[in-house]
Amino acid sequence: MYHEADYIMLSALQHYLFCPRQCALIHLEQQWAENRFTAEGRILHERADSSKNERKGSVLIVRTLPISSARLGLAGQADVVEFHDDGTVFPVEYKRGRPKKDHSDEVQLCAQALCLEEMLQLDIPAGALFYGQKKRRKEIAFDPALRQLTEQVCRAVHELISGQRTPAAVFDQKCEQCSLLQVCMPKGCTEQRSVSRYLIRMLEGER
Amino acid sequence: MRKMLNTLYVTTQGAYLHKEGETVVVQVDKENKLRLPVITLSSIVCFGNVLCSPFLLGHCAENDVAVSFMTEYGRFLARVQGPVSGNVLLRREQYRRADCDRSSAELARMFVLGKVANARTILQRGLRDHGAKAPAEGLDQACRQLAHYSKRLLQEDDLESIRGVEGRTARDYFDQFDSLIVTRKQDFVFSGRNRRPPRDRVNCLLSFVYALLYHDTRSALETVGLDPAVGFLHRDRPGRLSLALDLMEEFRPFLADRLVLSLINLGQVKNKGFEVTASGAVRMDDETRKTVLVAYQKRKQEEIEHPFLQEKIPVGMLVFAQAQLLSRYLRSDLDAYPPFLWR
Repeated sequence: MYHEADYIMLSALQHYLFCPRQCALIHLEQQWAENRFTAEGRILHERADSSKNERKGSVLIVRTLPISSARLGLAGQADVVEFHDDGTVFPVEYKRGRPKKDHSDEVQLCAQALCLEEMLQLDIPAGALFYGQKKRRKEIAFDPALRQLTEQVCRAVHELISGQRTPAAVFDQKCEQCSLLQVCMPKGCTEQRSVSRYLIRMLEGER
Repeated sequence: MRKMLNTLYVTTQGAYLHKEGETVVVQVDKENKLRLPVITLSSIVCFGNVLCSPFLLGHCAENDVAVSFMTEYGRFLARVQGPVSGNVLLRREQYRRADCDRSSAELARMFVLGKVANARTILQRGLRDHGAKAPAEGLDQACRQLAHYSKRLLQEDDLESIRGVEGRTARDYFDQFDSLIVTRKQDFVFSGRNRRPPRDRVNCLLSFVYALLYHDTRSALETVGLDPAVGFLHRDRPGRLSLALDLMEEFRPFLADRLVLSLINLGQVKNKGFEVTASGAVRMDDETRKTVLVAYQKRKQEEIEHPFLQEKIPVGMLVFAQAQLLSRYLRSDLDAYPPFLWR
């Protein structure tokens, strides 16, 4: 059980799976920069947030629902949670773009389900991801493997935050899409890039 | 890459700035003269009697747009600050190192190193470009002095001696500065640095451009979450942004001095654009101030390869890159702070 003060944000899980350094930059160093991708994501969410709860037949659709889990030390918001009349609770997370290769979206959605299970004291077997670019829902089953992965990532993020150390940068192709590229400086802050060598190169290697 | 954002300089006396939706509107005599989206700005600098609505100020604070107020002549008066941003862990580390002479010395020598090496580049370029017109011997001698000191700084770890080197090399450099002015010699004479008040046209230009640079380094430091008031080379003094002054050092020759020299040498500023007051203080007129601001903005839009990051960035982003590198060093991501070295 975690203290409320030590809760991490749900979004941190996804950041961690994308890149542990990105996660530390955002959640430990509190740095944020917007680029096209984050702006699109924000607008998509704002749109989802702006609409009110509504009932569609046998389903009550609740938007921007605050959720948390003391067991996992998590807090955040669920974009959309459907409450069906038969008792089923079904979270839906909105994503810009298309399905990713990694499991970060699934983990984030599963974490929402774990929060809801703890708060509502019931089982949530499945949810869905809605991808803006494809305008399509992808149903996700919360199987034991996904639950295990989600809990494991939660622990890793807690360790990262409480350790108060940002991992070293590793330059990768995916860095190009990261809005924190300029904050991170993955090419400047690797272990190979030494300042003393730079000084020698600039001062000794004279014309 | 972070977007290269603009600075809006407002020099029209009596102008009124307010917010309309997401834009800033500049009004003169109740007439809308200019409308700009706030998100395209990194800062607003108001000179003299310029008014800003509180809603615009709040909106700027929310969007990381720095707003500063200067006197008509460019002396800094005040700035508007939103909620404290950035990271407490970073600021604590900054304070811890500033409290320690050894750690301060490590950073101070890098700032001074940047200044000395870049000052040397200025002299060297002067020697190369107009060595025939200028008394080359003194220049050459000063170049060698500065080269000697920049190498000596690499071994220096005593704060007082670093400050000593800084003072000495500044003298050596400014002793030669006059010989870099190759046209309009009779109007633009430089016989040493003076600032309170500037007593010749060259000093008047230098002071003004330094004030612009001070504003830029301060915003850059605040953007990365550092406290601009707690420095390493410069000691704490209320009202002074010591870290902004520290970070400015490496940029003085490259951004400010070079700009002043080219404004004079290319004849962009004229003798009659300055007023010599009864006290001997020299002021520039509105026209000249505008010329300097436009030239400064233009310089910031040029691209340059960052020598350490080895990436092309606009000159105006250099101060941000250096502030970022400084914070990465304080967070132990780098083995030392790499000053911006221009060649």
